[in-house]
Formats: sequence, structure tokens, C-alpha cells
Amino acid sequence: MKIVLDHITKKFPNINKKEKSEVTAVDDFSYEIPDGKLVALLGPSGCGKSTILNLISGLEKPTQGKVFFGDDDVTGLPAENRGVGLVFQNYALYPHLTVRENIRFPLENLKGDKKLSKEEMEEKVQRVAKLVQIEALLDRRPSEMSGGQQQRVAIARALVKKPKVLLLDEPLSNLDARLRLQTREELRRIQLETGITTIFVTHDQEEAMSISDYIVVMKEGRLMQKGVPQKVYDSPDNLFVAKFLGTPQINVFSGEIKDNALFIGKDKIRDGINSIDKKVYVGVRPEGFEPSKDGVLRCEFQKLEVMGRDASILSHNDNFDGTVIRSIIPSDTEVKTTGGEIVFNLKPWKTFVFDSVSEERILID
Amino acid sequence: MGNDRKQSITAWLCLLPAIIFLGVFLVYPMIDVLIYSFEEGYNFASRSFLGIGSYNYSYVLHDPYFIKALKNTFIIVIITVPMSTGIALIISIALSHITRLKELFQTIYFLPYVTNTLAVGLVFMILFRKTAYTDGMVNILINAFGARSIDFIEGPYWAKMFVMCFYTIWVVLPFKILILTSSIASVDPIYYRAAKVDGTSKLRMFYKITLPMISPMIFYLIITGFIGAFKAYSDEVALFGTDLNAAGMNTIVGYIYDMLYGNSGGYPSYASAAAIILFSIVFTITVINLIVSKKTVYYS
Amino acid sequence: MTGNTDFEKIEREYNAKEIAGNILRYVFLIFWALIVLFPFYFMILTSFKSYSSYNGEYVPRLIVTSPTLQNYVDAFTQVSLLRYLLNTLVFTVLTTAIMLMIVILSAFAFSRLSFKGKNLLFALFLSLMMIPNELVIITNYVTITNLKLRNSMPGLIFPSVISVFYIYLLKENFEQIPDELYKAAKVDGTSDIRYLRKVMIPIARPTIITITILKVIECWNSYVWPRLITDDPKFFLVSNGIQELRENGFGRENIPAMMAAVVVISVPLMVLFLVFRKKIMEGVARGGTKG
Repeated sequence: MKIVLDHITKKFPNINKKEKSEVTAVDDFSYEIPDGKLVALLGPSGCGKSTILNLISGLEKPTQGKVFFGDDDVTGLPAENRGVGLVFQNYALYPHLTVRENIRFPLENLKGDKKLSKEEMEEKVQRVAKLVQIEALLDRRPSEMSGGQQQRVAIARALVKKPKVLLLDEPLSNLDARLRLQTREELRRIQLETGITTIFVTHDQEEAMSISDYIVVMKEGRLMQKGVPQKVYDSPDNLFVAKFLGTPQINVFSGEIKDNALFIGKDKIRDGINSIDKKVYVGVRPEGFEPSKDGVLRCEFQKLEVMGRDASILSHNDNFDGTVIRSIIPSDTEVKTTGGEIVFNLKPWKTFVFDSVSEERILID
Repeated sequence: MGNDRKQSITAWLCLLPAIIFLGVFLVYPMIDVLIYSFEEGYNFASRSFLGIGSYNYSYVLHDPYFIKALKNTFIIVIITVPMSTGIALIISIALSHITRLKELFQTIYFLPYVTNTLAVGLVFMILFRKTAYTDGMVNILINAFGARSIDFIEGPYWAKMFVMCFYTIWVVLPFKILILTSSIASVDPIYYRAAKVDGTSKLRMFYKITLPMISPMIFYLIITGFIGAFKAYSDEVALFGTDLNAAGMNTIVGYIYDMLYGNSGGYPSYASAAAIILFSIVFTITVINLIVSKKTVYYS
Repeated sequence: MTGNTDFEKIEREYNAKEIAGNILRYVFLIFWALIVLFPFYFMILTSFKSYSSYNGEYVPRLIVTSPTLQNYVDAFTQVSLLRYLLNTLVFTVLTTAIMLMIVILSAFAFSRLSFKGKNLLFALFLSLMMIPNELVIITNYVTITNLKLRNSMPGLIFPSVISVFYIYLLKENFEQIPDELYKAAKVDGTSDIRYLRKVMIPIARPTIITITILKVIECWNSYVWPRLITDDPKFFLVSNGIQELRENGFGRENIPAMMAAVVVISVPLMVLFLVFRKKIMEGVARGGTKG
């Protein structure tokens, strides 16, 4: 089932201050989550992504705007009646119940003609336990399990009632690095197997990029960009998205468009640009640098770090918006410097130009 | 080495007052009361006794005043402990669901804790009493519902017992409400959110989440409630005056004090025997409570 | 999926249920608040009614038309209310002060000093918590009588000054103070007692205040021991005073005057409560036992 968020705004009363004021957690947010896809809501903490999740689940009501499940307006529908599955960041497993009782909990809530017999419940519990591979743990208490196992139980509990949509709040943040990798593959497998529309919230761009069909990048309650992960990475709409996606971070220079040419300092980067003269930011992905004698950008060479397959060149430029320019090249590339200076060619498809005021992308090709 | 010695001396000096007071007023009396309870025919004036035996126990257990006191105490325990815990639970749940005026309500409900029970007991007595001048506030309320006036203070036994239990509950509620509201508040709201998303009804949330999570506190309140109610005494005096035997409302503790403070110089042996009996009852009930809780209470 | 109309109905029903639930809650809470407050209202109200107007009302009126202070004058002149209040004040202050000293010293010894048999002694102390007051009061009564301390302040105070539970509470609190502070103080040449006074007591102040408040409440309301040990009204505390008033005071059944006395007795703790409301409620939640 598709989910539509239509011009959603959510404001919270500000509890810190005495005078009446409001904090806008979500600001005029519109997005349509396609049926059966895995979507990641990505952004720094406090960007409103968890609020979006709560608005979909019904735990919060939007101040303005509407939420649709399929074609049905569910804006005012309480969480009880929405039939969503929600996995909390710290799992929220009931500590006094066993794993089996935890998973069965949502089934026992069903009333009327949906009411299940003991056997039906047990069968459903078994099936979902098998799906997340915790059949052997059904009689344990949450406190007797590892974080990763608890995570699986939480997912099983959310899935057992066959929700129309599965919501996961920072599902991997409480796991250690190794387990995180493994679990995210697991999440993808479960999602593909069940075909359920799944939305998960994360602040980790790698996590979002690696398993989702679509990502939605948010900042301060607003949607910054949406799309297929690789496409968003390859073609960021604005400086924020360019900076937020990719490790190491994109290198940002202060530049200028003058007489239809792009400059960083005195270095002319490119000709034939169809734009009026203005100040710009130039973002270059670390992998967008090519050391070359006849390059366009001159930098002060600092250091070469070789790490197996790749090597990093650390350098400096007066127009660089930071301290160290980090460029990644294959480790077998020959690096030549003259008088402490290194010259780079910039790959056009890894170089983005942004307006210095609005920080929006300027298409130069 | 010298330092250790010095610390040892300081420590014992610091503990000396506590050890003296505990020894004289707690440990010695504890042993002494046991001895008293087996000394037959102890005379307070001459401090002599006739022999050792269980006569004191037998006397107490056959004393109609003691039987009456035992009965009264049990009735008070059986009625007030579950009722007060239940009411406190309902109030605490209601409090946990509201935001407006919450602090005001909490403050009001706590007031009885900081009042002198003897003083407020006097007020209760006046509210429930029927005299020649007035039927009393409560009776006027009863009349308004079309029933006849009852003298709750000097009238029928059940009426007196009703006031007794009502006042006891009024007195013990503040503590229970306080403990339960804070333990309900300490349940992580994330569990309610999780349950809500799973379509759980309010009632089921209460039975399946709140109740198990606060069960250790409820259990604590039941145990302290039992112990407290078995020691009921001053609330009775507050309502019915010091001569509780005459009012037919004496309790075990009241019986102990009456025995101790008799006009004839007192019968500390009988009082001791009664005190030991009381202690055994409280101890037994506490142990039973503990066994029951093992099976029903969830401890994290 | 069903149509939109069903959802609206569910939503309406849900909201209606929420509102109804809230109304029910407030009605119930207000009802019980009235039950709690009414006795207080009644005693204040009656204390301002004249003797004749109170006795003239077959149906007690809930407002007072011509308030009088005569009852308060009577309460202080016709019976020794002032003496009871003073006695209670002296009793409360002395008992609490002595108890605090004993408790602080013991908690200090158990938490900071090392000596042989410490754990055993502490376990012994804890086991004493189980002894109910009713069991030891008999011998204490005999002891105090033999010491010829009946009808005296020391006789009232001595058996009331100790509380194992507070020693335990404070010891736990003292133990949370980091060891580094003690070591630093030792390096600076601070004596143990000075360290206790200058570092531990100030840090543990909240707990000490809690203990003080709880003990003050207990002292102000104590009835059983004073009743056993005093029969001379010169040494009555307020609780005994009230009982005395009720049985022999004011010559006739002067309810308004009694109520005035009850108000006077209740006011000090009420004021204390309203001033230290948060502290008292926290304190009772942590260490209260009454109930």
C-alpha cells in the first residue's frame, strides 16, 4: 500500500521557554511512498525524521496537512486503528514477557471477527519467528538476549499482525558495527520476502544508501531531496545533500562564475558556462580529483596516505572551505609534486556548483 | 598500622551512642519481652513472679477482650488493606492520565499524611456522631438520600466499624497514592506507544503493562499495609476515645497498652504475651505474602 | 480497505471516548479531593462559629455568618494548649537533634571508616529494623518507670531518638561520595571529623533534610509512647492534649473550641508541608513508612 504525506506540518509547543512559542518539527512536507518499497528517511538528528514516522504511525497528529494510506484519509485516525508495525530505537520489548508473549501481544489485541484461536496465534508466532530466525529463543526474556536478538524480536512483533506498513526508528543504531552490517542485509531480506512497504529512519547515510529503494534527505523539518540513492549521490540538488551524502565528505571550495567561466581563486576550472556572474560554492567528491601535470586546480601538497586499494592525497587551497582537502585515488597512481604544489584535473560528473546564497545547485552543462 | 587503630577507635566512638540506645531500648526489651511473657503471676510492685510457663498466653487467648480485639483487628485488616490499595491504584491511574491540575490534586491527596491523626480523628468523630443537638453532617447526607440516621460513634457495631475503616483508609491513602503515582510515572512511556501502535485497548495496557511493571510496589504497599493495619490503635482512640474496650472497638495493640497501663499497676506479662502473639501473626502473614509474591510479582 | 466514512466514524468515536474518559476522571478526582478536604474545611469553619450558633444549628451550615475568635481565645486560656504546643516543640526539636547526631555519626562510621566486625555489626543493625515498636514498648515502659523518668522530657525523648532505617538511608548516601574526595582531604591533613563536617554533611544535605522532615512529622504526631509515659498534663504533647480536651476539656461539650484547638495543632505541620511540599513528598516516597 502506498502512503501519501500531503503538505504535512507539525509544530510542538516549546517546553524550554516560559513564553508561548512553537518549534516546527516538520515543515510543509510532501512525499509519496510507493507500495512495497524500502524507503529511508535520512537526516541529522533533530531534522524531524522521527516525527514523520510518528505521524505515519498515528502516535502524533499533524498540525496541518493530510496523511493517506492508499486512497484513505487517515489523518485523524488513532494509532490503534491504523494497523502499522513500528520498531522502536531501543526496541521497547516488554521486559516482563517472554519472546513468545511479546510477539503474540499484538495478536491478542484483535477483536471481533478478527479474533484468533490459540493455535492460530501460535502458528503465526512460529512463522514470523522463522522469518527473523529466532525460533530457538521463544521462551527467553528480553533481558536474556543480545541487542541483535532483541532487534529481531522487535521486528517479529511488528510483523506478526501483517501490518500495511512497517516503520523502523533508527533500527541499527543500538548495534555494534559488525552486527549492523549483518542486520541491515537481514532487514533487506525480510522486506523483500514480505514485500511490505517499509520506512526506516536513520542518520547514517551509508546505511540508507546500501539497502533502500529510495532515500529522502531531510533538514530542519523540510524535504531536501528524494530519489534513488545512487542518483541522489550523483546529482545532489543542493549543498546540504551534497555534504550529507558520501564519506569522506565532499570537498567544498568558494568559487565564482565570471564571463561564462568557473573559477576557484585564480584557477579557471571550466569554460562555456551558461550563467550570469555570481559567487558560488564548488563541491568536488574525493574521487573526483585526478593528479595531472596539465590540471586546472593548484593545491599545496601536504601528505600522501596509502591504504591498500586506495590512497588519499591531503592538500590545501586558500579557497577551500575547511582545513584539509581529501582526494581519493587508486593507490597505484603516480603522484608528482613540484615545489610543494600538486595540480588536479576535476572530473565533471563529480563536480557540482551551488549558488552561494540559496545553496541550490546550478546546472552548468 | 597506627592509622588503622586510630580509625577503629574513631569508628567505635561514633557508633557508641547508637549502640547504647539500640541496646537499651531495642535489643534488651526484645529479649526481655520474651522472658516476661513466660513469667507467670508477675507482680509489678514487688517485681517477683510465681513460675515459668505458658499461662500468660493461655490467659490472653481466653480473655474475651483479647478475642474481641483480635476480631476487630482482623476485620480492619481485611477491609482496609485491599480497599485502600485499590482506591489508591484507581486514583493514581486517573492522576497519571491528566495533566491539568495534577499537582494540585497530588498536594490535596497528600494532606492527611501531615496531619495529626488524633486531631483529625476528632473532626471525623464529630462529623459522624449523632447527638441530641444534631444528627451530624454525615447523617444529614444520609437523610438526603432518604435513609434514617445512624449513630456511627456510639451506635451499632457495623456502623462503628464502617467509620473505623473509612477513617483508616483516609489516613493511609496519601502514602499509597504517592508511591503508586511515582511508580506508574516511572514506567517508560515507550511501552505504551508500542502497545498503542499494536492496537491495544486502554484496559489491556493496564493489565498487561502497567500492572506487571508496578507489581513490586503494589506488593510492597500490601506488605506494609498489612503490618500497619495489624498495629491499628491511635486511629481507634481518635474516634472512640481511650476506653476502647467499653466501645467494643479495641485492637490488639490497644489491648497490649491497656494491659500495661492498668489501674492496678499493669500486667506486663499479659501485655508481653499479647505482643508476642501479635508479632507472630504479622510475621506469618508477611512470610505468606512473600511466598505468594514470588509467583505473581515481576522483578526486573 | 474500507471507505473514508468508516474512518471518520472511528475517529469520532475515539475522540468522544477520550473526552468522556477525561470527564469521568476529573469527576472522580474532584469527588475524592472533597472527601479529603471536607474535614479540614469543617474544622476551620466550626472553629469560627460561636458556641451558641453551633449548637443552634441542627443542620450544620457550611458557611459562617458571624465569625468569632472567641474559640481561639478559649483554646489558649481555658486549657493548656500553649503548654502542649511548647512541650511538643521542645520534644520534636530535641528528639530530632539527638537522632540526627546519632544517625550521622553511625552512618559515617559505617560508610567511611574501616574497623573489625563492621559488616557483621551493620547486618545486626539491619536486622533490628524488623523489631516492631509494639514489642519493645512494654519493657521500655518498665525501664523508664524504674528510672523514675515518667512525666519527664528525657523519659519522652530517649526511646524515640533512634532509627536504624535512617542510618541505613544516610549510609547509602554517604557511600556515593567519591573516595577521591576523602583521599584529597587526607593529603591536605584534614581529620576524619572535620571531613565529615565540611564535606560529607554538606554533600548529603538533601538526605539529611529528608530525614529531619520525616522525624519532625513523626514527633509531632506521636501519641502512643507519650500517652504511656505521661499522666501529668504538664508533660502532655499535642496528641495527648487533644485526647484530654475531648474527654475533660472546656467543662462542657464545646465543639467549636475543640475545633479551634485542632486547627492550632494542625497548622504548624500544614505550613511546613506547604513550604517544603516537593521535599516532603520526595522524602516520603524514598523513606516513608506510614500507611
